[in-house]
Amino acid sequence: MNDILLGLAQAAELIVTLNGDLVEITALSLSVSLTAAIIATIIGLPMGAWLAINRFPARRFVIALLNALMGLPPVVVGLIVYVLFSRSGPFGVLGLLFTPTVMVIAQVIIITPIVASVAHQAIRELWADYHDLLISLRASKAQRIGTLLWDGRRALMTASLAGFGRAIGEVGAIMIVGGNIDHATRVLTTAIALETGKGEFAMALALGFVLIGLAIVVNLSIHILSRTERSARW
Amino acid sequence: MVGQRKTCWLELENVTLRRQGRAILQDIRFRLDDTGIVIVMGPNGAGKTTLLRAIHGLERIRSGTIRWCDDDHADSLRQAFVFQSPVLMRRSVVDCIAYPLRLDGVARGPARKAAQAAAHEVGLTVDLEKPVRVLSGGEKQKMALARALIRAPKVLFLDEPCANLDGRATKEIEETLCRVRDTGTRIIMSTHDIGQARRLAGTVLFLHDGRLVEHAEGTAFFTAPKTREAQTYLTGGLLL
Repeated sequence: MNDILLGLAQAAELIVTLNGDLVEITALSLSVSLTAAIIATIIGLPMGAWLAINRFPARRFVIALLNALMGLPPVVVGLIVYVLFSRSGPFGVLGLLFTPTVMVIAQVIIITPIVASVAHQAIRELWADYHDLLISLRASKAQRIGTLLWDGRRALMTASLAGFGRAIGEVGAIMIVGGNIDHATRVLTTAIALETGKGEFAMALALGFVLIGLAIVVNLSIHILSRTERSARW
Repeated sequence: MVGQRKTCWLELENVTLRRQGRAILQDIRFRLDDTGIVIVMGPNGAGKTTLLRAIHGLERIRSGTIRWCDDDHADSLRQAFVFQSPVLMRRSVVDCIAYPLRLDGVARGPARKAAQAAAHEVGLTVDLEKPVRVLSGGEKQKMALARALIRAPKVLFLDEPCANLDGRATKEIEETLCRVRDTGTRIIMSTHDIGQARRLAGTVLFLHDGRLVEHAEGTAFFTAPKTREAQTYLTGGLLL
């Protein structure tokens, strides 16, 4: 209990004094996770919409696979990305291992199935409502997907936020591919793991509270900016 | 006969549609030459909605042919469909009505302007910036009608557009339909409402159990129906 209180106090102190290390780690956490969430959204939303409106032989299998990939073990993803980007791997020549870029790549792989799967569920329900109208109006496939994404944007925001939530709290993959290098690839989650390993529980908890606060602030900001939950609006 | 062929606008030959082994439409055959509103009547499950959907291309027929007698009517972009339950897009009323024009590539400003005119045409006098879901039943149906009319269709399908509406809303929609008919738009509409059918019908297609049992000019159908099924239906009897 003491550690928790100490952690809260230390978190407050770190924030109030704008601790340089904390600012750097937090900024990198935000930039890696937001970039991964944006890329996963760009890939996942159209993929979910496309799956919702198209019929093809392996459709059920693809949807089941997508749902299964939502539970991808981050450590395994990290390991595979590590092998791919290590010096002897096919992408080793790019020299991206232990950089924020490869951390983004690993997170995109982890969260794209989440974004696509949640988007697929939301779009499928909307497609059931809109199907006859869009077919009757002879909307092209691209127009159908565009309409469904636009009209389902509130639900789809949840898909993106779910992806961001998973990314900001992820530690296994980015620890492997990023290496938790001070002033280079250290983010909040890997710093928490490090401090815990050192027995600095109060510091680890302080960083944990900052992480939770950060996730809440990002979610709230997006809700406020997109004006959800306002009466008489979609 | 030659004159009739000149005015033919739609011809169905032995149209059959099956769903899960059950015939929903069986050997439907008719030819429409008239300019008035075509009313499709019949009891529940007779196949009215399916017939409209099949003609519009929303249902795939198993056999037979649907032939539009001129290209203007055949162009699916010149057809519009008003569904029994209006499809409510998650948009404002004006954006819902403007939607077909947006699909056609019309810019947002002109499309919204046209939508306002279409709303006025159907007597939709609500705040057009409101979300469409807060409209009343009659207003939703008027919104759907305005959306259907915004592309100036040559053929307008309506599937029981006045079901569950009160007298005033029904009257306003009927007046709009008469105005649209007078501009030369072909209208095919299904209804359960015998009174409405009497008021609007130029031609009646009476269906029972997926079969076309009577095809007659409106007045003739209501004054002297030829088939037992139509007589029973018009006198309020139960068609089993």
